[in-house]
Amino acid sequence: MTPGFVMDCAPHRLSGTVYGTLLNQRSAVDALGPSVAEPPYNGAPKAPVLYVKPRNTLVPSNSVVAFPHDADELEVGACLGIVIGRTACRVVETRAFDYVAGYLAMIDISVPHSNYYRPSIRYKARDGFCPLGPVTGRADVPNPNSVTVRTYVDDILAAQTNTAESLRSVGLLLEDVTEFMTLAAGDILGLGVAAPAPRVRRGQSVRVEIEGLDALTIRFGEAP
Amino acid sequence: MHARVAYAGAMHTATPAGRGEGEVSLVLADGRVVGESDVVWLPPVECGTIIALGLNYADHAKELKFDSQAEPLVFLKGRGSLLGHLGVTRRPTNVRFMHYECELAVIIGRQGKCINAKNAFDHVAGYCIANDYAIRDYLENWYRPNLRVKNRDGGTVLGPWFVEAEDITDPANLNLRTLVNGEVMQQGNTRDLIFDIPTLIEYLSSFMTLSPGDVILTGTPEGVVNVDAGDEVVCEIDGLGRQVNTIASDDVFGR
Repeated sequence: MTPGFVMDCAPHRLSGTVYGTLLNQRSAVDALGPSVAEPPYNGAPKAPVLYVKPRNTLVPSNSVVAFPHDADELEVGACLGIVIGRTACRVVETRAFDYVAGYLAMIDISVPHSNYYRPSIRYKARDGFCPLGPVTGRADVPNPNSVTVRTYVDDILAAQTNTAESLRSVGLLLEDVTEFMTLAAGDILGLGVAAPAPRVRRGQSVRVEIEGLDALTIRFGEAP
Repeated sequence: MHARVAYAGAMHTATPAGRGEGEVSLVLADGRVVGESDVVWLPPVECGTIIALGLNYADHAKELKFDSQAEPLVFLKGRGSLLGHLGVTRRPTNVRFMHYECELAVIIGRQGKCINAKNAFDHVAGYCIANDYAIRDYLENWYRPNLRVKNRDGGTVLGPWFVEAEDITDPANLNLRTLVNGEVMQQGNTRDLIFDIPTLIEYLSSFMTLSPGDVILTGTPEGVVNVDAGDEVVCEIDGLGRQVNTIASDDVFGR
């Protein structure tokens, strides 16, 4: 765990804020079933719902992530991370890629929780809970809206999805997010996690492979 | 007590120049004395993680019809929302309820994990005033409060001053007030925090490492009302100064 972690590599310093996007994969919405329409939610989200993965959660590939004492299992949500390359405010979908520096594999790690109304940040904001892979430049990922995302737990394929199953594509998500908040160079926006996200136990390792990107590997170790 | 300001082509650290009537003057580190409105005020600290408390005053929780809580209601914000003293914050046309939230901001000065409440103040560098705007029209019932409500550009105003911890005798007894166009609309005292500063630091550091520059916005008391374009919103906290912000319309932002 490295607080204030900065991954200083081309094409951009990852010195910004990392945001995850909730329920942007059809499978994630479907997994909630009819409860989406019921209280307390009363319907699917209209605008993008984001959350912050703070700097204490950020670790590079090949890190050992401390497995918390108070959890039996953790959820590992593999996700395409969009690395912002320049100030992005009121971006239109058709020009959205102009604002993208590149992409990376990220894992949104959570203590499993079933209520999405007002979950405690202790489910998502623990040290090491957002491993980030190396950045691949935009030009080397010609179609980020159609890449396979595979999650291996102890080298066994545990989940497979495709970014084509996103409710908002990369461009549309950038348009809808930058309508209400400006993203800065170095910020990262996760495209969203598919359901069901694999669960892991102490000592297991996880590798995320996104087509065209460098793999991201971590291992869960003992908490200090 | 110091500020970060831009003046005459550079960024400066500044301190207050005496206590005169009327406009505040500043002394830049290089010796120049300048007026409050001659500089561009930046947030007084380089912020790391921005941690905000919801419903941390009993009266405000009641105002929003919220009952009890087992643990602090915490959400996180991005640095893109930060703004300094004398800035303008956009109010979108056609929203019905945009409100300010005057809050005591605690700035972490020393890294820590699993900090015991009794040692919590060893990790506090100092304090500043925060005004954390919200637009209730955009509330959705997913991961509340969602960032479209709480993480808007210019929606987190900090300053004018960063005040060192040793200069605040009792952070658990500070009056806060918000004036809209000169009229007091919100008043409270940090003694009424449901979860006080040591408890918050113990709680947060029990699962996340806190690092220098991390900011905890400790919540707001009751008395939030809608603000409109053109309104002047002033937040004051004992010993921390007086923060001025103006609400601007979409026109100003070319919308």
